Amino acid sequence: MEHTDHATGKGEQHQPIRIYIYVWVLLFVLSALSYLLDYFEVHPDWLRRFLITAFALIKSALIVAYFMHMRFERIGLVLAILLPPLLLMALVAIILPEGTYVSGVREFFFGR
Amino acid sequence: MERQPKRTLKSPSQLVSDWASDLSAFKVVWGKAMMWIFLLSDTFIFGSFIASYASARLAASATNSWPDPAKVFALELGGREVPLLLIAIMTVVLISSSGTMAIGVYHAYGRNKRMTALFLVITALLGLTFVSMQAFEWTHLIRDLGFRPWTNPMGAPQFGSSFFMLTGFHGLHVTIGVIYLTVVAVRVLKGVYDRGSYVGVEICGLYWHFVDLVWVFIFAFFYLF
Repeated sequence: MEHTDHATGKGEQHQPIRIYIYVWVLLFVLSALSYLLDYFEVHPDWLRRFLITAFALIKSALIVAYFMHMRFERIGLVLAILLPPLLLMALVAIILPEGTYVSGVREFFFGR
Repeated sequence: MERQPKRTLKSPSQLVSDWASDLSAFKVVWGKAMMWIFLLSDTFIFGSFIASYASARLAASATNSWPDPAKVFALELGGREVPLLLIAIMTVVLISSSGTMAIGVYHAYGRNKRMTALFLVITALLGLTFVSMQAFEWTHLIRDLGFRPWTNPMGAPQFGSSFFMLTGFHGLHVTIGVIYLTVVAVRVLKGVYDRGSYVGVEICGLYWHFVDLVWVFIFAFFYLF
């Protein structure tokens, strides 16, 4: 039975505990860096926001790849789960101009 | 004897027999595939919440009325305002719980009953700590600072609805996760997984790591941005 392998996790048992500790420490470091960026109000704004977004993306990639074992799954499952969220980009593409437009309308009618 | 379908009409039994034929796309146990699909749908729920928050905040940019989260969530420590102190501690607690969960799953692979249960319980306790701090946060905001989902004294009224929606839904996930972890820990101790596989612990771990994953984005985009 092929499934027993997955069921007992024999394939993944070879992951040493070191990996989890490394990722754990990295998550702490990246969170601390993001917090410090905000604490010291790093300027300019776009740089701070870019770095905060970048750190968040790196952290999420680490969690999905190692804690959730996506790196060790078959490609069929990986693509089925990781590709659909890219559709959220479409939502962002709609939301950003919409928010900017509403902001402009408010400025026009209500002033600053 | 070959089994021929007696009816060619569209019946539920035909649908079931077609879809339950010996096919599997994902070569993992079904529970794991289903948990991943659930988490995918949850990704869209939280994605929509964050997008609606982004829209509300952007719409307040011309009037510059969005309250500064660093000021809203500041706590006084030693006579000085420290921005986002409680949020930073909550983040540390949740990341720690993700680490203990990963180690619990590691021990589950090794079929180590006591260590698995121990780390599941530690994870659940850290989750409980997180929810408690969030309850404290909400109480402080509602009672002391006068924040409501429809209004607040510090600026754009949409701040409240975005905040309570995002953190409330996330807190609900953490609460359900704590219950889920406790149930799995009890099942580990009762030896339920010893009879079969420990994959149930791994599936529970997927859910818990997802809760941490969502917090990464709430922390970055709501609190720090």
